[in-house]
Amino acid sequence: MNAIVQEPMRAATISVLVENESGVLARVIGLFSGRGYNIDSLTVAPVEDDRRKSRITVVTSGTELVIQQIKAQLDRLVPVYRVSDLSAEGPHIARELALIKVICGGEKRLETLRLADAFRARVIDATTESFVFELTGATDKLDAFLELMRPLGLAEVSRTGVAAIARGTRTI
Amino acid sequence: MNAVNNSVASGAETLLRALKAQGVEVIFGYPGGAVLPIYDALFQQNAIRHILVRHEQAAVHAAEGYARSTGKVGVVLVTSGPGATNAVTGLVDALMDSIPVVCLTGQVPTHLIGNDAFQEADTTGITRQATKHNYLVKRSDDLARIVHEAFHVARTGRPGPVLIDLPKDILINPAPYTEAPDGPHRSYRPRTEPDLSHVAAAVKLLKGARRPIIYTGGGLINAGPESAELIVAFAKLTGAPVTSTLMGLGAFPASNSAFLGMLGMHGTYEANLAMHGCDVMLNIGARFDDRVTGRLNAFAPHSKKIHIDIDPSNINKNVVVDIAIAADATEALRALIAAWKQDDARQDSAALAEWWRMIETWREKDSLRFTQSFETGAIIKPQHAIRRLWEKTQGRETYVTTEVGQHQMWAAQHFRFDKPNRWMTSGGLGTMGYGLPAAMGVQIAHPDALVIDIAGEASILMNIQEMGTLAQYRLPVKIFILNNEYMGMVRQWQELLHGGRYSESYSAALPDFVRLAESFHAVGLRAESIDDLDRVIDEMLATDRPVIADIHVDRAENCFPMIPSGAAHNEMILGPEHEASAAGITDEGLVLV
Repeated sequence: MNAIVQEPMRAATISVLVENESGVLARVIGLFSGRGYNIDSLTVAPVEDDRRKSRITVVTSGTELVIQQIKAQLDRLVPVYRVSDLSAEGPHIARELALIKVICGGEKRLETLRLADAFRARVIDATTESFVFELTGATDKLDAFLELMRPLGLAEVSRTGVAAIARGTRTI
Repeated sequence: MNAVNNSVASGAETLLRALKAQGVEVIFGYPGGAVLPIYDALFQQNAIRHILVRHEQAAVHAAEGYARSTGKVGVVLVTSGPGATNAVTGLVDALMDSIPVVCLTGQVPTHLIGNDAFQEADTTGITRQATKHNYLVKRSDDLARIVHEAFHVARTGRPGPVLIDLPKDILINPAPYTEAPDGPHRSYRPRTEPDLSHVAAAVKLLKGARRPIIYTGGGLINAGPESAELIVAFAKLTGAPVTSTLMGLGAFPASNSAFLGMLGMHGTYEANLAMHGCDVMLNIGARFDDRVTGRLNAFAPHSKKIHIDIDPSNINKNVVVDIAIAADATEALRALIAAWKQDDARQDSAALAEWWRMIETWREKDSLRFTQSFETGAIIKPQHAIRRLWEKTQGRETYVTTEVGQHQMWAAQHFRFDKPNRWMTSGGLGTMGYGLPAAMGVQIAHPDALVIDIAGEASILMNIQEMGTLAQYRLPVKIFILNNEYMGMVRQWQELLHGGRYSESYSAALPDFVRLAESFHAVGLRAESIDDLDRVIDEMLATDRPVIADIHVDRAENCFPMIPSGAAHNEMILGPEHEASAAGITDEGLVLV
């Protein structure tokens, strides 16, 4: 029976190796919006010396069938070399970088610095009223730090989105 | 001419050279400012013929008709801005139906792109989701490579439309010619060979089947004429009944006793009930479209399913299958036949015979039955008009295109095709206005064949300007209008699903089609009752010029059988000829289209 059962959703971190040509990012984004898939995070940058290939990392979510569809749909785009669902194909590492501006004074400054130290966030800019931290880590680590900064004067955040790679010898 | 232009051809000349190298003989197009250099180059050569359409949408449909009736790539040439945007409907049509088309669009010169120049549109942006792939040529050095690549992408894998946007300076400046590359494409490598272990598993499943069915689609047509021979051979080996989607009609001969007719929303009783009751289903080159499956959770509920499709993204998209084979239909069928002969398991012939007995009882229902009165002045039933047209075209090399609506479904039900590439209809997108320009493209490819556009009076008006193209090129296309003075399918849904509130579906203020034909230098004929029908068809078929035959048919006739949206195959509605059948319309069905 192919009954439509409510299947569990899962998150997927998908790496896509693409030809670095104009419009390729629009193709990927258009595919997601046109077919109603989620994008939780998306990053893209050239990854080869001659800049001919770029790597796109998309964090998405859906049922297993939807994620298989996303992979198949990405794979049939002409400038796509390879598609890999890192979350399904073995252990992987995912990292994100955030620049975080906190505006505070008085005793809050000490508390802010102490927490930043605990999270290994680096101070990359400071004035008497503000800090800018640089923090790298998994998405949930960044989220946790931001939550702590909120009552201390969190003013602005800039995040890169997730970059991911498989552990061990496996390559895309 | 300056020295540079003497030594190296212009972009426009290089473009034409690349088209010739790709075997292009005909282009369907419409000129404009941005493509004038191409038209100038066309003027100075004789190898490529240009067919001047009257609207860019029609250029794409004509190219589709050309492609579908020949298996070659259809080529379109339009200008920037409105030329390109007018072509979009045709491109999406070709995308949905997997038709190989290359569309060349003019673009404003490179230095003006992004400045909102006259007749500028972001063509590659607009058509990104309307094509299989598209290109903007930014460097003259890339031009020839991109043209070769576009044809490769259009015709391989799952075919589709590819667009090349050509800035005017690229067309004027010198551009070096390069041959098509030998090696495979860097990133695009569609798989065509089947996984043989999956083929063996499929054969095992089919050999053990007690109630098998083969369900064929447009992929068989795209795979080329050999696949049509192979499917007949394989169906014979298996002894299984065969049904087809709208797109697949003709791949398996309608006259073969194993053929159950079309399946789906307006499919036959026997095809849909056999799909519902089968225990093993082999889908070759179809994509489990909603018009075919009906309600998904009631679709062939007791079956194991095998799906062969060249596009892996079609597999497990709508229906989860047990065995998936991502491959070209011809190669898959070759492998299936070889594996069938190697496998020494025996079929359960008693079960198969019982299955056929059941199918025969469904066939006896004669679900396409209608009653035509032959009394003087009797009104023409649309189904009868198509049956007579089919009967009278037997023995002739006939190609049929359609518009979209009731007439399209009646044509699919009552005009029977025994060969592939003879039936051109807008399946996926359902584009009214498709049939006339598509017929033009077919007639260009097959000048001596009989080409008929089975039309409705509403659809035909959507691209009626192409009568001018028929006249200019003396294309003897026959336009057979089933005129019921309604957008018939809309009217039918309003009758069955919206309480008979016929909102905006009446074809008011219709033209006099006979005089319309005459004003376009064609022949106009009219049949107002059954007394006229045979004479009009005979005269139409005997005329070696374009003809509009305006056939006045029963205005209230509905197209049956019908599976309402959201209903299952076994909940189909039969026509008034049959005893009352369960309506099966649900609230969920009402919101579906």
